[in-house]
Amino acid sequence: MDFWSNPIQAAGDWLSGIFVGWGMEADAAHVLTAFIGILLLITVVMVLDIFLVWLERKIVARFQDRIGPNRLGPFGLIQPFADIIKLIIKENIYPVGVDKAIFNLAPIIMMMSVLLLWAVLPLTSFLGLDLNVGVLYLIGVGALGTLSIIMAGWASNNKYALLGAFRQVAVMISYEIPMVVALLIPTILAGSMGINSIVAAQSTWYIVLAPLAFVLFLICATAELGRAPFDLTEAESELIAGHHIEYSGMKFGLFYASELLHTFTFGGFIAAFFFGGWRGPWVDQIPLLGLLYFLVKAVIGYWIFGWIKYTFPRIRIDKMMDLNWKFLVPFSFALLVYVALTNALLRETSFYAWGMFLSNILFGWVTLEILRRRARGERVKVETAQKPGF
Amino acid sequence: MTVLQLIFLLTAAVILGSAAMVVTAKNLVHAALWLIVTLFGAAVLFAILNAGFIAVIQVVVYIGAIAILFIFAVMLTRREMLDRGPQLNRGWWLSAIIAVIVFGGLAWLLQGWDGLTKTAPALSSGFDSLEALSRALVSPDAYVLPFEVASVLLLAALVGAVYIAFQRKGEE
Repeated sequence: MDFWSNPIQAAGDWLSGIFVGWGMEADAAHVLTAFIGILLLITVVMVLDIFLVWLERKIVARFQDRIGPNRLGPFGLIQPFADIIKLIIKENIYPVGVDKAIFNLAPIIMMMSVLLLWAVLPLTSFLGLDLNVGVLYLIGVGALGTLSIIMAGWASNNKYALLGAFRQVAVMISYEIPMVVALLIPTILAGSMGINSIVAAQSTWYIVLAPLAFVLFLICATAELGRAPFDLTEAESELIAGHHIEYSGMKFGLFYASELLHTFTFGGFIAAFFFGGWRGPWVDQIPLLGLLYFLVKAVIGYWIFGWIKYTFPRIRIDKMMDLNWKFLVPFSFALLVYVALTNALLRETSFYAWGMFLSNILFGWVTLEILRRRARGERVKVETAQKPGF
Repeated sequence: MTVLQLIFLLTAAVILGSAAMVVTAKNLVHAALWLIVTLFGAAVLFAILNAGFIAVIQVVVYIGAIAILFIFAVMLTRREMLDRGPQLNRGWWLSAIIAVIVFGGLAWLLQGWDGLTKTAPALSSGFDSLEALSRALVSPDAYVLPFEVASVLLLAALVGAVYIAFQRKGEE
């Protein structure tokens, strides 16, 4: 096999060859090599996470008309390392009445739930496991994140922490439904649940074929990540900090880092599902170029999440639940049926991409028109009720 | 011993240990968390058996929904988070006898079964268990009838829950 078409596979074969040469059994060497690969990937991801802190602070500074970190190193690039040293040497505080084992376990599980997502993230055509249930895996790993939040909230022995955890769990369980449905649409279009197969099937980016599914996924992902305008779990004005109120030092750092990495990972999933993932010019000749394309698209996705976070005000919890159960859930089911039908009708025709795009726009316009009629009706009702003369 | 057997033995040890902890843990929330470890171990077993879809569904449904509802129920219904009452009630000897009988019966049944020592047959390359499962669920000569009956049952449960919780206008 040519080395540059799949360097990871070649390096893995070389390494397990060495282990077998030392007298190890073939499948034991294979497992050991896989573990070394996992360790390497996690190390790279964690280092990436350090720079995400810097990127996040630069993005928020731009939106708030500031400069952001600029003192340490070029463009303030050394700033996150200083932050890490500060977090590590801080005192490790246990408030009265915490459940120590669970209290310590929660940030670890939180980080783990994010790192597990990288197993199926299609970095290039050869990196990233093409699990035949990849889309469901994404949801299942999200459940672990929910679990860690409820563990942190309960173990902290703090009412605000518990309230924040309850809110977050309610949000995550409800927004999972439209998210699964939104992810079923790329699955239908690609005919596979494996995320790498979905990327491979995108000769036309799915943002063109299913723009509404993209918007739906973006909303649900923002809720799943617990970022503004859906950051009710942390709502500073009501709950101070939510589930991580009692955490100090590096344990708080883990929550913070996992939130940023989670956002970047979802930026990557948006790139994979709707923006063609690692696809781009000349990627057939040089597969490694796919990694660059993917990372650029993922950073753009990360920037979109930052854009949303620093632009919209926070939504009240009951309005947020209304939005999900009364609008997003029925909308997602209707959209799923509609896209499946138009896909089946238009697939063989020559105007497939245009037809799908225009039919989606039509669906979105009809939805907006229905919503406008309803809102107008309710406004008229309120106005007539308020007027004393009628 | 192959690596797969080693992984199986480790998983089995974790499942049995955490299952024992579910029963013996004094703190109810701890018991619920140990239950999650047990369920996760079951998901690992499914994954070892090449049943990836069932493994992921196990995590989504049991850990993502049912276990979290357990924790919610425990947290919301207890005034004290710790349960200090006795862990055994008067009928403990009866359930112990039943457990021993069931265990003995299963052991006796499995004695004559040769699947314990056989190696698993290799799957043909390109076999997609998810596709096979989905075809079986909707094909008329396989499981379409049980599948639809289960769907109707779930729908009935859903309608019933909505009816019970529904507030008519003017009713408080």
